[in-house]
Amino acid sequence: MASAPGVNYLNEKSGLWSWLTTLDHKRIGILYMISVMIFFAIGGAFAMLIRYELFAPGSQLVDGATYNRYMTFHGAIMVFMVIIPGIPAFLGNFIMPIMLGAKDVAFPRVNLMSWYCLMIGATVAFISLFYNGVDTGWTFYTPYSITTKNGTTWMVVGAFIIGFSSILTGLNFIATVHKLRAPGMSFWRMPLFVWSLYSTAILQVLATPVLAITLVLLLMERLMLVGIFDPALGGDPVLFQHFFWFYSHPAVYIMILPAMGVVSELIATYSQKTIFGYKAIALSSVGIAAVSFFVWGHHMFVSGQSEVAGVVFSFITMLVGVPTAIKVFNWTATLYKGSVKFDAPLLYALGFLFLFTIGGVTGIILAVVGVDVHFHDTYFVVAHFHYVMVGGTLMAIMGGIFYWFPKMFGRLVHDGMARLSFVLIFAGFNVTFFPQFILGANGMPRRYFDYIPAYESLNKISSIGAWTIGIGFLVGLFVIIHGLLRGEKAGPNPWNSRTLEWQTPSPPPHENFITQPVVTAGPYEYR
Amino acid sequence: MSTVSTNHGEHHHAHHFDSAEAEYEASKFGTWTFLVTEILMFGGLFVGYIIFHQKFPEMFHAGSKFLDWKLGAFNTVVLLISSLTMALSIYYAQHNDKAKTLFNLYVTLICGGIFMVVKYFEYTHKIHMGLLPGALFNPQGAEAEAAFAAYSNLGMYFSFYFTMTGLHGSHVLVGMGLIAWCIVRTHRGEFSSKYWTPLECVGLFWHLVDLIWIYLFPLLYLIG
Amino acid sequence: MSSASSTASHFMPFAATKIAAGVDSLYYFLLVASFISCVLVIGGLIWFAVQYRRKYEGQKTAYISHNTALEFLWSFIPFVIFMVVFVWGWIVYYQLRSMPENGLEVAVTAQKWNWTFTYKNGRKSQGTLTVPIGQDVKLIMTSSDVLHSFYVPAFRNKQDVVPGRYTALWFRAEHEGSYNLFCAEYCGDQHSGMLGKVNVVSREKFDEYLGTEPYKGLTPVEIGQKVYGGACIACHGLTVNDVKPLKLGPTFYMLFGRKESLADGSTVDVDEDYLRESIVNPNAKVVKGYDAGVMPTYAGQLDEDEIMGLIEFIKTVK
Repeated sequence: MASAPGVNYLNEKSGLWSWLTTLDHKRIGILYMISVMIFFAIGGAFAMLIRYELFAPGSQLVDGATYNRYMTFHGAIMVFMVIIPGIPAFLGNFIMPIMLGAKDVAFPRVNLMSWYCLMIGATVAFISLFYNGVDTGWTFYTPYSITTKNGTTWMVVGAFIIGFSSILTGLNFIATVHKLRAPGMSFWRMPLFVWSLYSTAILQVLATPVLAITLVLLLMERLMLVGIFDPALGGDPVLFQHFFWFYSHPAVYIMILPAMGVVSELIATYSQKTIFGYKAIALSSVGIAAVSFFVWGHHMFVSGQSEVAGVVFSFITMLVGVPTAIKVFNWTATLYKGSVKFDAPLLYALGFLFLFTIGGVTGIILAVVGVDVHFHDTYFVVAHFHYVMVGGTLMAIMGGIFYWFPKMFGRLVHDGMARLSFVLIFAGFNVTFFPQFILGANGMPRRYFDYIPAYESLNKISSIGAWTIGIGFLVGLFVIIHGLLRGEKAGPNPWNSRTLEWQTPSPPPHENFITQPVVTAGPYEYR
Repeated sequence: MSTVSTNHGEHHHAHHFDSAEAEYEASKFGTWTFLVTEILMFGGLFVGYIIFHQKFPEMFHAGSKFLDWKLGAFNTVVLLISSLTMALSIYYAQHNDKAKTLFNLYVTLICGGIFMVVKYFEYTHKIHMGLLPGALFNPQGAEAEAAFAAYSNLGMYFSFYFTMTGLHGSHVLVGMGLIAWCIVRTHRGEFSSKYWTPLECVGLFWHLVDLIWIYLFPLLYLIG
Repeated sequence: MSSASSTASHFMPFAATKIAAGVDSLYYFLLVASFISCVLVIGGLIWFAVQYRRKYEGQKTAYISHNTALEFLWSFIPFVIFMVVFVWGWIVYYQLRSMPENGLEVAVTAQKWNWTFTYKNGRKSQGTLTVPIGQDVKLIMTSSDVLHSFYVPAFRNKQDVVPGRYTALWFRAEHEGSYNLFCAEYCGDQHSGMLGKVNVVSREKFDEYLGTEPYKGLTPVEIGQKVYGGACIACHGLTVNDVKPLKLGPTFYMLFGRKESLADGSTVDVDEDYLRESIVNPNAKVVKGYDAGVMPTYAGQLDEDEIMGLIEFIKTVK
């Protein structure tokens, strides 16, 4: 059913109810966008409180118990509700079916259900606030998480339900990629964003169930005292860490792989050049996904696991470094002899490459087992994973939002303001997190509410940087709102991109294309 | 996913699929992917079981003595029969035989019910003897007390027993709900040789539930 | 004599063991290698982006799909570097984890939120580990509640302390000094207050330390002061301001002899008996405004002399 001209997915139906019951992947993508932005604001507020408390030694604002709640909520919200659904469920939901030339994802009802899972899970997790909060850290390490008396049970149930959201999204994407590609869209003609989402979906489907069972066991532990993780009853607290990281290490790649996909699109479009080493980038995503299942022990070098295990996990972790390095080199090579336009999305992509490279090499430093014994659980680790998660994934989300904004809403954002948001976030980010490498090298352990005076000056710098990031994201929010209300009307393909989503009107009609597209060439044919 | 059709026998596939065939293939593919997640979820429990069984083999053996292998074997047979009738119901749906489809679905549902009833009696027996998980373990009666005296962490065995059979039992209940849903739709005459996707997918799920029990039964009842 | 983390401006804290110096060499190699790679990648990135910036709309670009030789090269070179640092890291790790045969063994018990060290001759110490210079020291560690982690930055060594099992860590300090001991595994409200010191002293001083009765010649108040410094200081202050949220427990300031309001609404006279009960059974009478279950019992951790001393010390806090 072809839509009438001027009718698109946004104005086809109206009213809140039509949004809450929609089966259109684009509308569900927008629902995710709104919820993720709200969660990000809450998680960000906790980050600001954390940096306020750490501005100086001693108590600035709250006591240690409250600080631990801030830190837990910051981590849990950002990981489970922002970074994991951020790119796949929001950008991926909106863009991937269009990129494949499909009318929707394979299972639209499951897609909507997965959004409801996220919302219900998040609500349940927030109920813990009324039960004295949660102070376990987002990792829920036993036996502390068994003995602590507060709302941890609610948070665990919430994370369990959110896990289903992630599983269902992954399942949907795998089926979509396999079953709903347009005629002519072979695997080797899929855009790299789709490849990255496909690899991510495999991880979501294979890893998240292990988190689910781990959380179930933790619940049983809290409610029925089953003792599997409790040393007092003959259980093993370290087993929990094995289970937890068997999920949570692949989850790290659930967080970063889609970001790599976004960056591939941005680099190709803004340099108007075919991606260098398309197959290498596509396969390295799958390679990273595969190897990521065998590196969980590098989170546990000092946990009391055997020395042999430590060495083996160190070795396999090194292997993950290779495909990651390949990607970075290929992106850099793509710029060579290109036609590079410095729009805000490209700046975000370059920012990603800058920060992700630093995050990557520090990751190698942490994977060297003899050195990690010193760095483990210090601010060096905190800095490293923020360089990857914020410097990597959030940069890509911001770049992706501004890149696909005209497609989503049919309007252009103010590029100058978007670039300003980039400058603030990028500068603030480095000011915040680079000093934390030095703090960590000097031995400041993480999750410290108070610290010895020697660490004061670097913490002050870090806090000032954090507030700069906060301002940068507020500018970003302003750019989005301004673009929605006042943005210039955009044509179907403002960036002259070759991928399929730009070959349909902006915003797209209900079933994405006016006529079924037939694919005859690869996604980056800039000749 | 399918759109519900009101035409008897005819099925309108969802708008985003090219054909009913493509929709059937995608649904089956999605169900198989979902089953993989189920296996991984139970896999976590199996790994935990293996680790602790290796650590305390005698304790696990002592714990398994409190389980009645006859009841377990009976339940295994019940589930195997239900798997057969589930498969038969799909076969008859494909051959447009509504009465036989319904008969087999009802037998499947009843088998699920029998399984849960047996489970209920097993559970109450354990609870009565105080054979509860972990810290709640509170043995009543000479036999249980003697075993507890020999193995102070005997509660661990029952932690695994209740967690594994509990998670499995909740899957049986979900499966029974899905079968009931299939029965309602069969009554409405929605399934035919042209469209039986929900039956097929529920059947796959039910076979998996059966399969997991086939692993649970020897691990919990027959070890030693 | 240098104290660890006396300044946070260096790349690494003072290295008090040979292995620490070995870790540093590897770390500096990694830093230099990382710096060079970052300069190459990020520099190349910026160079290309600027060099090939768009000069006019519709500008043609080169069509370069791949280059197998180049791609092999930039996969292989990182792989070789990774393998080098992996093996190097393995060697360092091996040194860190190869336990000495005839070391001085010290038992370590971690508890929310302090460290207890017990020597072979029964000598106990709270919060401060004193060891001789130039001798292998092996710590056999366990926890009585949740996970903790024994971390001395100056030794570049760290090991989680796990309840229900023993973990070990060894070091051989080559420089006298007093080094920071941190808990590096999150353990609750006062995680960041679970600090200690490792004092590295000369052989003679250590023998003297080990040989003497810990409290020989000390008055009960002085004994109490020592115990306070190791066991209580994380949660209980001595001034009028040391209340929540600064400290988790009530202050000792003017504590003795006053009437304390309890969480259940009753009041109690703070006398010797109440103080003793609060040390060995802290949840029996919880002060109003504070939480039950926060303080662990010290029964078995402190002996009668120490409890008596502590009570005498609290009497003096005014």
